[in-house]
Amino acid sequence: MASMRSIKRRKGSIQSTQQITKAMKLVSTVKLQRAKGRAEKSKSYFECMYATVKSVLAKSGNIEHPYLKSGSSKKKAVIVITSNRGLAGGYNSNVIKLITKGDFHKEDVVVYAIGSKGRDYLSRHGYQIGGDYSDVIEEPIYADSMRISDDLLKAFAEGEIGEIYLAYTAFKNTVSHIPTLLKLLPVDTDGIEDVDGDKALMNFEQDEEEALNMLIPKYITSLIYGGMVEAVASENGARMQAMDSATSNAEEMIEKLSLQYNRARQGSITQELTEIIAGAEAIS
Amino acid sequence: MADLFKLRIITPDRVFYEGEAEMVEFNTTEGEIGIYKKHIPMTVIIKPGILTITEESETKTAALHAGFAEILPDQVTIMAEIIEWPVEIDQDRAEQAKERAEERLQNKTPETDIARAETALLRAMARIEVLK
Repeated sequence: MASMRSIKRRKGSIQSTQQITKAMKLVSTVKLQRAKGRAEKSKSYFECMYATVKSVLAKSGNIEHPYLKSGSSKKKAVIVITSNRGLAGGYNSNVIKLITKGDFHKEDVVVYAIGSKGRDYLSRHGYQIGGDYSDVIEEPIYADSMRISDDLLKAFAEGEIGEIYLAYTAFKNTVSHIPTLLKLLPVDTDGIEDVDGDKALMNFEQDEEEALNMLIPKYITSLIYGGMVEAVASENGARMQAMDSATSNAEEMIEKLSLQYNRARQGSITQELTEIIAGAEAIS
Repeated sequence: MADLFKLRIITPDRVFYEGEAEMVEFNTTEGEIGIYKKHIPMTVIIKPGILTITEESETKTAALHAGFAEILPDQVTIMAEIIEWPVEIDQDRAEQAKERAEERLQNKTPETDIARAETALLRAMARIEVLK
């Protein structure tokens, strides 16, 4: 049996770890509330944007447009949204798995990283990093996603990349976050046939091609922004869960160690007593 | 009573405006337009300018800078990337931005991003105009 002193030391160290995880849980709970609020507020914009772009595409019939078909390049750009900090359970590795375990070939992927955890892992494993925007994930604002989509669309127009994907963690609710891979470009025209309601033809002031030239970049920007705010909410949700289970694990271990400690203490008292009694008997 | 239609102005961060309006005016890539109820379905791209909402009893103005609008007969949705109420505008900053943009357009060099400078100028002018 371990000595009393070593058990006590172990218990102390677990207790201080528990204090840290407890504090981190509280912090991420507060951050989660804020991020959740933001994600919810911005949701109506994306839903509207999505619906509008789909209905515009559906109503304007079959149009040829560079944004609607893959570019000539085999390269695929993937925007990977992870966190800058760890201790969030499987949050980061689940996003990374989308790329490493998916049907991407390492040589064809150009990673645009938002979040240093994903960037570091993927560059260590030999992926090409096309851009790094890790500083924006702390406090995502709309202008950041504008900058990112500008860079990507420029690369797309110059033929450096043929397709654009977005890998992020969708925030369903506080306990469920789903790693999601979304195709941004070419815009998926499948499944827009089932747009319900009026089929009244949409008019454009400028011709359709020009209108799509303006609309689709805005669509992509809003999807990137939506991905960022949802990812921040998911990150804090994941961290809250991870810290919660860490705290309760620590609780369990402390309980077990207290039991062991008390047993060891009782054992040593009993032993002392027997020694004293045996000594007294030997004298008499 | 005039015919009212549903007007929604949405930005990435918030729902900027939601209500019934009689008329809405703003600036598009093809020029300024004003919309009443029963407009034909149309999608327009927005250029920096002043947005005027005419409600039943009052009119409201805001500086609208970028985005697009989906117009349907009984509903108008403006997806604004940047939009501000007059109280949210910093006049000094707008004046400075205007001077900067003008200066850039006057002393252009091959590196000057003219489109960007022009948009910046339009934005600053819209901001100043809406404050008046």
